[in-house]
Amino acid sequence: MTNLDRLERFLRTDPRDVGCDEAMAVLHIYVDLVAAGQDAGGRYPGVAVHLQACGPCKEDFAGLLRAVTED
Amino acid sequence: MEHAGLRAKDLDEDSSAWLRRLEASGGERQAAERELHARLVRIALAEVRRRSASTPVAGPELDDVAHQAAGDAMLAILAKLGDFRGESRFITWAYRFVILEVSSKLGRHYWRDPPVALDAGQWERLPDRLGIDPEQQAESAGILAEVRRVVEDDLTAHQRRVFVAIVVDGIPLNALAAELDLGRNAIYKVIFDARRKIRRALVANGYLEDDAGVTQR
Repeated sequence: MTNLDRLERFLRTDPRDVGCDEAMAVLHIYVDLVAAGQDAGGRYPGVAVHLQACGPCKEDFAGLLRAVTED
Repeated sequence: MEHAGLRAKDLDEDSSAWLRRLEASGGERQAAERELHARLVRIALAEVRRRSASTPVAGPELDDVAHQAAGDAMLAILAKLGDFRGESRFITWAYRFVILEVSSKLGRHYWRDPPVALDAGQWERLPDRLGIDPEQQAESAGILAEVRRVVEDDLTAHQRRVFVAIVVDGIPLNALAAELDLGRNAIYKVIFDARRKIRRALVANGYLEDDAGVTQR
C-alpha cells in the first residue's frame, strides 16, 4: 500500500457507518453472532463498517469477543 | 419466573438460569450476584491486561480500574435487568457492561499522567500517525501540508481541536471524550465529518482522485 493509499483510506468515510452509539447498543448481539460463526456483518452491515473505522469500538468488540470465547 | 415478557423457551438454558437466580430472593439471589461479580472481576482484570500496552495506567492502579469497572458494571446490570430482551446470551449482555466500563475508565485515567497534553499540536508526528513510510515522507510532504492547511483554514474550531487531538497528537478517543465531557459518538462524528471535509478539499485541489477515479488537475 502506498502512502497515498494510506491517507486515502484514512480519509474515506462510508455513509453506512452507524456510529459508536448504535454499534455499542447491539455489540452483545453482534459478538454472539460472530462467536457462533454466523454472518454478523451481513445482519448488521453498518456496525461492521463502523468497527472497521473506529478504533475504540473495535477494541471493545475484540474485548467482548475474547471474554465470551475464552470464558 | 418470567422476565419482562420473555418466556423461558425464548432463552438458552444458561441465560434462563441466570435470570431466574438473579430475580429470586434471599440466598439464591445473593449467590448468583456473588458468582456474577466474580466473573465480572475476572473479565475486567483480563481486559485491562489486554489493553495495558495502550494505556499509561499500570501496576496496582490497573487492577483498581478493573475492580471499579466490575463493581460499576454489576450495579448497572442489576439496575437494567429488566432491559434484557434475550437478543443475545445473558452473559454476553452482562459482559458488555464490564468491557465498556473498562474502556471508559481507562479513558478517564489517561489524564492522570498523559504522554501528550491536550492541544499540543505535534504536526511533525502526523506521518507516523498515518503509518506513512519514513523513507517516503518527503514525497508525501506536499499532500500532508495540504491536509494541515485544510485543518487550519477549513475546519471549525471544534473540529480542528478534536482532529488535532485525535489524529495529530494521538490522544485516545475515549480520553478526549472524558476530558471534553462529550460522548464517544460525538467525538467520532466530529472526526468523521472532518475526514470527509478534508478529503473533499484534497480532491478539489487535485491531490486525490474523486470517486470516479478522476484527478481534478
